[in-house]
Parts: sequence; C-alpha cells; structure tokens
Amino acid sequence: MELGLEVDDSHPPYTVLAVKGEVDVYTAPRLREKLVELVSQGKRQIIVDLEGVEFLDSTGLGVLVGGLKRLRSHDGDLGLVCTQHRILKVFEITGLTKVFSIHDSIEAAVAV
Amino acid sequence: MDEILELEIPARAEYIAIARLVVSSLATSRRDLADERIDDLKLAVSEACTNAIEAHRAADSDEHVRIEVQENDDKFEVTIEDRGQGFDPETLPLHPPVTDPERLNFERGLGIPLIRTLVDVVEFVPSAKGTAVRLTLYGGPAELEPPEELA
Repeated sequence: MELGLEVDDSHPPYTVLAVKGEVDVYTAPRLREKLVELVSQGKRQIIVDLEGVEFLDSTGLGVLVGGLKRLRSHDGDLGLVCTQHRILKVFEITGLTKVFSIHDSIEAAVAV
Repeated sequence: MDEILELEIPARAEYIAIARLVVSSLATSRRDLADERIDDLKLAVSEACTNAIEAHRAADSDEHVRIEVQENDDKFEVTIEDRGQGFDPETLPLHPPVTDPERLNFERGLGIPLIRTLVDVVEFVPSAKGTAVRLTLYGGPAELEPPEELA
C-alpha cells in the first residue's frame, strides 16, 4: 500500500504537502517522517492537503497532531485542506476541528 | 447467529488494510447499510486491529490476530480477538479538552473513543488468551435482487 506525498513550494511562505492514499498505522510513519523532514528544512507554514486521502484513522490523526505541535514549537503552523465528509467526520468526532484550521481548498488555505 | 467469515492475519501493520477491506466488502454486499455506516465500520475495524497488533507487540506474541464475522436478521457483528495481555477500557486516561494547549501532547489514545462513536455497540470481552473486541451494527440483510421474470 503506497502513500503518496507530494511537496509544493509554489505558494510561499506556505509549503503544501499533498497526501494520497490510506493513512493508517502502516503508512502513517511515512507521513510523520515527511513532516519532520520539512520542519528540519526550515518550513514553518505547512498545509497538509487531504483531498486525495481515501482513509484516515487515529494513527494518522496522531501524526497530524504531532506535526502541529512541532510546528507551533517553532512559531509555525499546520493547516489542513479537506472537504471529504468521511475524513472530516474523524476530526469532528475527536474534537480536533477545534485544534486545526481546516480549509476548503489550497487557495483558501494560503490566502489566510 | 450465522458465522460468515473467520480470518486470521499476522500481527503486522501491513495486514490491517486487508482486514478492513474484507469486512467492509462483506458488510456492503450482505447488509442494508448506508455507505456512511460502512465507512464507520471500516474505521472501527481498523482501530480494533491496530490495538490488537499493538497488544501482540507488547506481549511479544507472534500469534495471529483472529477476526470473526457473524450476522442474523437484525445485526452484523465483527469480533477482533488478540493474544495480548488484556486491558481495562474503563481505565484509559482521559485527554485534556481540545481547547487546552496540553492536548497537543497526546498523539495516541483516540482509537477506543472513536470505536465507541462509530458502531452501535462495542464490547470488550477478556479471555484467557487476550481480549476480544466485539463491534455490532444493527440493520437488516441486503435485499436480494428479484429474479428476472421469464417472458
């Protein structure tokens, strides 16, 4: 099972990380590694685009929470792009809609 | 209850996708459930399998995780049984509220609260060999296509 991770730096100061596939306990470590790598490269405003995600479980949520914590400790932020009801539902149930800025599109996320 | 599936998977993360796909495909084909409820079941199965695999790792067990699906006219039931050391779901630590900055220190522990919300009934049944998590969704069987009438 492959997890697609594509980095787009064409919206400075934002870095957009587009995730594609299923995020679970098997694939989430790759997402974590990519976020750590981006922060270590000096990226401080990261938008994670979840529009290509077909499945996300609590392990994936945990990685995103960890990424947000890491960025905030460097005075940065991590926003999300997500319009899929089944993915948004996981954030709603866990109350994490109040923790993350969730946008309808990359354009909306980088216009903040 | 009729048993319709018995599946054993190695206690490794890469097999969880197969388990959730098999169970959700069965539920789709056999039950009269909305797509959203199938998604809920898929996520609950994934969370329960993740916990089972972590329990095996903690107990240093190389036994398989066992998944059993049963159904009757009223409900669809999935049991995920591990060979871990068991736990008490009532004693899980509570997370700080999401508005508390301390909340960001908790990356784990969301699985069981999610499972409780996603399915109609969840039971944690301790056994001599570990813990069985039983997930129940209510809803009748899918209606079979009526046979085509012969001219």
